[in-house]
Amino acid sequence: MKDISCRLLVIGAGPGGYVCAIRAGQLGVDTVIVEAAKPGGTCLNIGCIPSKALIHAAQEFEAATHLAAGKSALGIGTSAPTLDLGRTMAWKDGIVGRLNHGVAGLLKRAGVKTVAGWARFRDGKTVEVETETGPQVIRAEQVVIATGSRAAALPLLPFGGKVISSTEALALNELPGRLVIVGAGYIGLELGTAFAKLGAKVTVVEALPRILPQYDGELTRPVEARLRQLGVELLLGAKAKGLKGEGLAVETAEGKARTLAADKILVTVGRKPLTEGWGLEQLDLDRDGPFLRIDEHCRSSMRGVYAIGDVTGELMLAHRASAQGEMVAEIIAGERQVWDKVAIPAVCFTDPEIVTVGLSPEAARAAGIETKVGLFPFQANARAMTLGRDDGFVRVVARADNHLVLGIQGVGAGIAELSAAFGLALEMGARLEDIAATIHAHPTQGEAFMEAALRALGRPIHI
Amino acid sequence: MSEHVIKLPDVGEGVAEAELVEWHVKLGDLVREDALLAAVMTDKATVEIPSPVSGEVVWLGAEVGDVVAIGSELVRLKVAGDEASTPAPQPAKVPPAPKASPAPQPPPAPKSAPAPAPAAGAPARPAPSRHLAGSAPRAEGDKPVASPAVRHRAREAGVDLRRVAGTGPAGRITHDDLDAYFAAPPRAGGSPTLQPRTAVEEVKLVGLRRRIAEKMAAAHAHIPSITYVEEIDVTALEELRASLNRGKRADQPKLTLLPFLMRAIVRAVAEQPQLNALFDDEAGIVHQHAGVHIGIAAQTPSGLMVPVVRHAEARDLWGCAMEATRIAEAAKAGTATREDLTGSTITISSLGAMGGVVSTPIINHPEVAIVGVNKMMMRPVWDGSGFVPRKMMNLSSSFDHRVIDGWDAASFVQRIKALLETPALLFMEG
Repeated sequence: MKDISCRLLVIGAGPGGYVCAIRAGQLGVDTVIVEAAKPGGTCLNIGCIPSKALIHAAQEFEAATHLAAGKSALGIGTSAPTLDLGRTMAWKDGIVGRLNHGVAGLLKRAGVKTVAGWARFRDGKTVEVETETGPQVIRAEQVVIATGSRAAALPLLPFGGKVISSTEALALNELPGRLVIVGAGYIGLELGTAFAKLGAKVTVVEALPRILPQYDGELTRPVEARLRQLGVELLLGAKAKGLKGEGLAVETAEGKARTLAADKILVTVGRKPLTEGWGLEQLDLDRDGPFLRIDEHCRSSMRGVYAIGDVTGELMLAHRASAQGEMVAEIIAGERQVWDKVAIPAVCFTDPEIVTVGLSPEAARAAGIETKVGLFPFQANARAMTLGRDDGFVRVVARADNHLVLGIQGVGAGIAELSAAFGLALEMGARLEDIAATIHAHPTQGEAFMEAALRALGRPIHI
Repeated sequence: MSEHVIKLPDVGEGVAEAELVEWHVKLGDLVREDALLAAVMTDKATVEIPSPVSGEVVWLGAEVGDVVAIGSELVRLKVAGDEASTPAPQPAKVPPAPKASPAPQPPPAPKSAPAPAPAAGAPARPAPSRHLAGSAPRAEGDKPVASPAVRHRAREAGVDLRRVAGTGPAGRITHDDLDAYFAAPPRAGGSPTLQPRTAVEEVKLVGLRRRIAEKMAAAHAHIPSITYVEEIDVTALEELRASLNRGKRADQPKLTLLPFLMRAIVRAVAEQPQLNALFDDEAGIVHQHAGVHIGIAAQTPSGLMVPVVRHAEARDLWGCAMEATRIAEAAKAGTATREDLTGSTITISSLGAMGGVVSTPIINHPEVAIVGVNKMMMRPVWDGSGFVPRKMMNLSSSFDHRVIDGWDAASFVQRIKALLETPALLFMEG
């Protein structure tokens, strides 16, 4: 096969790689992107998108179940809903397929050449791709490594058989009657919530004494309450010991051995950067722990080699990768760009949802900053009441001296969309007064944002 | 109420006039007895004029830069009726010779000052709050706050936002702040937008600067000079100098090259006395001096001065070094006397590390020769079979060609060269 030469080669078409390639193409950079699977990466194929589809389906099912039980205060009754999980998955796959197609189309429209296959570095400028039709050599002036991450496994519970990762969990055609989840991080709890709503008996095993360890207790409390309400059993401070007969052997917080019967055991103990199998050893790039070390321009330790996304470290979030990819494309096209983001929003799609941007009160304190914190509960928010969900709150953290907003957190049903407002406030350098003086439409959950700012200023109206 | 006239006193150097270089008061000022009114400059010394009485300044007799005759009216003060009678007997008399006596304090002042003012004032004043920091860039460690669009614009223009002051709330940098930054780029770091500057500042030449200007112009206008440059191999001299410095006594000054050059000049002018001379061109007489008084051009905070080492012929190497150090320090500190600053018969000009390769010294009129010292540096020198590293230094010397012929000038410099290159000769008698 004839060698390909290009100015920019992107390895991996996830949300980092494909955004980088599209932006580079728009800027007239001669770009090639290599992807072994379908475009869109973990996020689109086996992560964000399919999980959100499943979560939505589960929420609809649970709502109908709730109505059918005759418990709805809304006065609506219905007969018991049915679930055809195969169709649910097909619907989800349809969404993923549409998006795969969309990304492929966007790449093409931007003039990016896509090569399907597994890439392996020969040297910093040359990559060999295993394609269906044989090896393809690609030479590039600049390379962007966007290989992403994969689910981390537990040595005692290797994937296979009953033991599944999130990837398999999102492709189940049959509902597991008893689902044991190891790891109470956001992936485990998002899926656990969904399967619980779909009717599975869900048990969550977490080695730490609390769920969602990256968030503070104030934020996770409403989530924990809702999990218990959904009948999810939380075994906190418990250790998974391995398979035992029909289920999972665990040692509880009290030190007792217990076996949890399980049809499926979902292991969600985090994600690892994908740094193997593509010839990293040929490049000898500097590492930052398990990750590739990058600077504020996403440059690796080798000239002309950039790295973006999960392979470069926390936060392992699609939108961080995309922003990096966009920036790198512009740098390669000759623009002056540097990573100067104030904050990266993060959303946990549990029920209720958690949104965080910037510094938590704790983190601000740890940084030695004197703060003002304002918290407004959805209990005092009209829209939350009309949605039947008044659990949760919005919390604003600001500098005490000049009221510059440092962080915004919220927990509440369906408040993921508020992340847009939160992120904008931080990126624009808003002060409490800016948020307080912005008219927030009534009745919306967003009013809680304004009220939290007012409360930090000591003058809330609705509490 | 009456008026007290202060005349320019005889500043005691036998001069008839002095240049007013500074006013310490202005019209309407209330001055206390002994407070300084003005500074005047005679040949090379600056003299402060104190007020003999207390009163209000109602008239100033000259502007800065004016040359004022001794005895002419300088200041008129309106004095209180009481005091008017006191100075009455001595209006014609000039005030006592100026001295730097401290202004007497009224006795109650020092007592009352600390008593009623405890630390109350200081803490009441709020620390400069950061959210008011409109003009100064933020406190150390604070990141600049700006919207993404502002950040992008700054990046495109190559501006580091840490250097831009923010006038927005919480010190936020706005588009207007960037506009202001572009319009007035800071001195450091180069400006992203080059703008023509049209302002012209008028700086009046006063005091020493004016004296330098006049002297330089006179020297340059009167003297048709030749400049002769020769290179000197100072390797041996440098070794000797280092060795002497190593072994010197604690009370001896550190030797620079200067005292060696002074000694070399002393030796050279002994053979060519026409070079150690003052040329009175109006009278047509060259005064050849037996004593070698070497002026040493020195940069001082107020400008170029030429303090003088008198009778260098009567000082040994250490003596030359010590005296040169003393007068240079006196010139820099402003404590040089008239004696220290006048009477040279030949001059050395040296800029040390800034000496450059070649210079064209201007003769210190009415002298006839000046020796300029250029920078010493290691240079490859051909020794007949190969290049060897030698410490080389150029001397750029100017001569009044009206009375010094090129041959004499060259002979003089060659003699100095020989003395410096074989420094033992400096210490040979006869």
